[in-house]
Amino acid sequence: MRCEDVSQALPEIVDGAATADLALRRHVDSCLHCQAELAQYRKLLRTMHQLRTEVLEPAPGLLADILARVEEAGERRALKSLLTKRRVAYAGAIAATAAAGAAGALIFGRRRLRAA
Amino acid sequence: MDQAELVAAAAAGDSRAFEELVRATYTDVYALAYRLTGNEEDARDVVQEAYLRAYKGLKRFRGDARFSTWMYRITANCASTAMTKGKKHRHEELEDEAPLADARPEHDPEAAGDAELLRARLNAALEELPPRLRAVVVLRDMYDLPHQAIADELGISEAAAKVRLHRARRRLRERLFPKSEEESAHAV
Repeated sequence: MRCEDVSQALPEIVDGAATADLALRRHVDSCLHCQAELAQYRKLLRTMHQLRTEVLEPAPGLLADILARVEEAGERRALKSLLTKRRVAYAGAIAATAAAGAAGALIFGRRRLRAA
Repeated sequence: MDQAELVAAAAAGDSRAFEELVRATYTDVYALAYRLTGNEEDARDVVQEAYLRAYKGLKRFRGDARFSTWMYRITANCASTAMTKGKKHRHEELEDEAPLADARPEHDPEAAGDAELLRARLNAALEELPPRLRAVVVLRDMYDLPHQAIADELGISEAAAKVRLHRARRRLRERLFPKSEEESAHAV
């Protein structure tokens, strides 16, 4: 196995996500150049983890902006829900009125038939 | 209330609980958005959009992950959407294979032995990465998201996510630890 082959494989195996095959491990064990490269990848990953804890402070006002957008969405949702409920109630009232009207017309029609 | 209780209360319509969740997580979410987009203006937009999506989708949050991890995924997705919308990306024009190594020996952090300098240089190197490479390496190596989750949120295959990760790691290493002439000769 050559150093170039190892170099291609190192970014994949450095975090243990992929296992290094025996030939690669033997090469790294005996090659100072590849050991140094592997150490650099490990240092890179350690530093990436350290950056995770770095605080990047947002400019003032971000929290207020987020909450305002969420509140706006909440109000829209509440309004939509209210309108939907009213629509349902309105449709129900129309249906009830129509049913009552139909029943009344039926009764009135029967009485007229009997009178005739 | 702990985070799980806050999520449950917010999902039930308690806006105060959602506000608490935002307060507890927004600086962290902003940091991720900034690292993904590379600039403050886009990061602010991404964070606001992410919390809006979270608010609308709270009932879909299963609770098997932490709320912050869920927010990372939404943020990654929002950042990816923002980037594909063709917003300004000052590094997009860089080719994936363009050499990034800084050959100036005085900038060798190993020689300086300074962890702080190394972090500063890594921050600079991350900013110079093309956004599609930067997104994968930040989400995986900084925020520990699984490959599949990263692929899902960025709209790519898991295999593509891995290829980008390895490419990004290689370029960062080259940038942080530039080869000496002797090493370059060894590589040939």
